[in-house]
Amino acid sequence: MAVTTSSKARVTLPTDEQILIEREFDAPRHLVYKAYTTPELVRQWWHAKRGEVTLVEIDLRVGGKWRYVMTACGGPEVGFHGEYREIVPNERIISTEMFEGVPEGVSEEDATTLNTATFSETDGRTRLTILVEARNKVARDAIIQSGMEAGLQDALELLEQIAVSLR
Amino acid sequence: MARAPTTTDAFNAVAEPRRRQILDALAAGERPVNDLVETLGVAQPQVSKHLRVLREVGAVDARDDGRRRLYRLNGAALKPIYDWVSNYEALWTDRFEQLDLVLDDLKRKEQGDGGDD
Repeated sequence: MAVTTSSKARVTLPTDEQILIEREFDAPRHLVYKAYTTPELVRQWWHAKRGEVTLVEIDLRVGGKWRYVMTACGGPEVGFHGEYREIVPNERIISTEMFEGVPEGVSEEDATTLNTATFSETDGRTRLTILVEARNKVARDAIIQSGMEAGLQDALELLEQIAVSLR
Repeated sequence: MARAPTTTDAFNAVAEPRRRQILDALAAGERPVNDLVETLGVAQPQVSKHLRVLREVGAVDARDDGRRRLYRLNGAALKPIYDWVSNYEALWTDRFEQLDLVLDDLKRKEQGDGGDD
């Protein structure tokens, strides 16, 4: 812990339905926004070192669709898709997101979240916050619950996938 | 499979906002109920009710100290939730580290004024 770069993402649960992800980047926000919305660039970071991104489609306009697919190491393809609801260039993107591999017992509706990404710049650095809102507390609990009903080892793996679906 | 009732499920017990406030308050250390009443600005029967639920799932332990009863956090019961959040946090930490690399690249290109890469 000697040299801390404070690069950890901060994840908090502000309400029963929400997840908030925050992180600061050493870059102006037009570049963070660009990396966040350009398919060739999303391919380079979205995999989180857990596999390979096989598809990124972004139709960046209100009502436009997006779809990301990746293969986790040794695992099947997992896909996510949604629709853009609001776009303020370099500032805010509101979109829906649905995990295509919904865990058993979770309806597709309940696997859909509303995500708000906000980019704010101070002194050349950019704070990115992503607010994930599930439909209701039951929806969020059910997704968590479905993971916890598996064995401990499986649960941890499942939870990771489920966590991805909540993004 | 049926969902576990609130009283046996740490996730559900902790999902209630008031109960999370209590856990936050106890994270700073052991406290008597009156202290919690003051901090939360909620009537004592309410606080006691929430403390009972938290004790039932093991999230909170209590002990008697003379005439007072002191409550404290039991981290082990909260571990499943911590694991869930930390898995999720690790995913985003790794994802953002990759994003850092992309941004370094973009900055270099921009400083080169769109010229040679």
